[in-house]
Amino acid sequence: MERLELELPSARSAAAGGAPVVVGVVASGNLEVLVERGGTPDRCRFEVSTSVHGFGAVWRAVLEDFAARRAVAGLAFSVNDAGATPAVVTLRLEQAAEEFLGAER
Amino acid sequence: MSTERGRVWDGARRDRRERLERARAVAPERWVEAGRVTALLEAILRPGDRVCLEGDNQKQADALARALARADPARVHDLHLLASVLALPEHVELFERGIARRLDFSFSGPQGLRLAQLVAARRIEIGAIHTYLELYARYFVDLTPRVALVAALEADAEGNLYTGPNTEETPTLVEATAFKDGLVVAQVDRRVERVPRVDVPAGWVDFLTVAPTPSAIEPLFTRDPAMIGEIQILMAMMVVKGIYAEYGVRSLNHGIGFDSAAIELVLPTYAAELGLAGRICEHWAVNPHPTLIPAVESGFVRSVHAFGSELGMEAYVAARPDVFFTGRDGSLRSNRALAQTAGLYACDLFIGSTLQIDLAGNSSTATTSRITGFGGAPNMGSDARGRRHATEAWLRAGREGPPGPGAMPRGRKLVVQLLETFREHMEPAFVERLDAWTVAEKLGWALPPVMIYGDDVTHVVTEEGIANLLLCRTEEERADAIRGVAGYTPVGLSRSRRAVENLRDRGIVRRPADLGIDPRAATRDLLAARSVKDLVRWSGGLYDPPARFRRW
Repeated sequence: MERLELELPSARSAAAGGAPVVVGVVASGNLEVLVERGGTPDRCRFEVSTSVHGFGAVWRAVLEDFAARRAVAGLAFSVNDAGATPAVVTLRLEQAAEEFLGAER
Repeated sequence: MSTERGRVWDGARRDRRERLERARAVAPERWVEAGRVTALLEAILRPGDRVCLEGDNQKQADALARALARADPARVHDLHLLASVLALPEHVELFERGIARRLDFSFSGPQGLRLAQLVAARRIEIGAIHTYLELYARYFVDLTPRVALVAALEADAEGNLYTGPNTEETPTLVEATAFKDGLVVAQVDRRVERVPRVDVPAGWVDFLTVAPTPSAIEPLFTRDPAMIGEIQILMAMMVVKGIYAEYGVRSLNHGIGFDSAAIELVLPTYAAELGLAGRICEHWAVNPHPTLIPAVESGFVRSVHAFGSELGMEAYVAARPDVFFTGRDGSLRSNRALAQTAGLYACDLFIGSTLQIDLAGNSSTATTSRITGFGGAPNMGSDARGRRHATEAWLRAGREGPPGPGAMPRGRKLVVQLLETFREHMEPAFVERLDAWTVAEKLGWALPPVMIYGDDVTHVVTEEGIANLLLCRTEEERADAIRGVAGYTPVGLSRSRRAVENLRDRGIVRRPADLGIDPRAATRDLLAARSVKDLVRWSGGLYDPPARFRRW
């Protein structure tokens, strides 16, 4: 297991509150993403544990792009990865954010 | 003048008679007992002979391969083996035992690893790795077989062969051999009173034997819809909307994989919603694989010509003769040489996956530990420069490409590479340098084994978007366009964002959003069939999946 923790600037997310949301599964080539309130009002927190070693730079690039594209400040994402590709990671993060923020409305 | 006086003009025919004479002691009749086949082969073969051993994508002359592998290497040795596909352990054994020394072939699939080891140990000389059409072509030029060992399903007493749905290349191999005074030996599963149809006439066949066990056929082209993920569905949506609809692609060939299966399965849903039924994907050069069923049933697919068949599809094909080419007996008639020709000359588009692609668009499936070969993709994944009939898709691709000499209007085949930026285990699919270069250097080959050359590729599609290489005018632009869809691979990360945004403005790189596609809409709900059971249902119970695909 390799662990990674990042706090990245992002635009402020929609209203506070909402129960934590989980999307995806820990299965080969897939990942589980839990999203909840956390981090500071102008930053988003990511905790990643992954079964694949040596891809810290790729994770950082994927998460930076995500935080820049989506208004997710004030949220914390816990990622449990079993070798998902960046495409699948991005998709699950989007789904998690949509479900969490959507549920608040 | 008379310089040619005394020259023999029928040497091969005399040699053939001598071989038949020697065979008489072992096999007085055309039909040979299974236990006598090795002796027959020892009698009719000479050291150094060119022997075509039928190994197609599906059908294998496996009993004859086994009989040949048991031959006495003191009598039968140094053969020059010709084979489309080197699939069986017995094929490799021929080289390990010294029965064969030289090999010309097209694809080695499951034996790729052992083949690489034999080459490293200098137990085998490889003439060349061909594309299918290229290999068949050479059978009629400089690689004409002396003896062909072929497989069929049934034969009558006279020796007329019935191949069933997997005719594949049997008629081609037999023609090359029989009409140049070679000898043809056929194995069949059954000897029958009357064959349902004649695929190879008896007059072209010399010896027949009933195989001790029926020739095994694998369901090589069956892809379980349950294994298709959202990323593949997203790419399928981009292909349908950004390429098939835009160019009006009516005739096409699909490679085999989950990526292209996803396209087939969103035709009845996503493509139908876009109003594309009757406008795209009508005529196919493709095997009758099960994921095509929903597109056939929903009216997209009007005709299919096949290289070979697919296990379990027999009854379905027989019930759809307006779509598939079938014999009077009702079963599929496939023909690899003709379907490859159809794919090359009569299809507007080829789409396939690959393992590696470089910044010029060259793609390869070669790795340093395996010699896998080409098969048919390079034929269908290349522009047919001898083509002269115009279609909407072909003309539009030609207009987008760089102008030819004298501003002559030209068409262009659409050749699409469809791949995720990373393969399994986070192997980047986009690379600065193909492994094919290392393979060629290691083995001393003049040509790196490239599946599809970059100048034939018109579009590269990944989860990041579509790169239209036709619109690129310089090598730098081409490399930038490919980097633009290479995502988080090292090649992709080193792109200039400004250059890519510029290409995006010009429509050379198109993101899902540019195509009006929301990636979150790419769910498995878009698949017309989400399981093998769904495919059976679509077929009205006619598709009979092999046991390994039944999970109910």
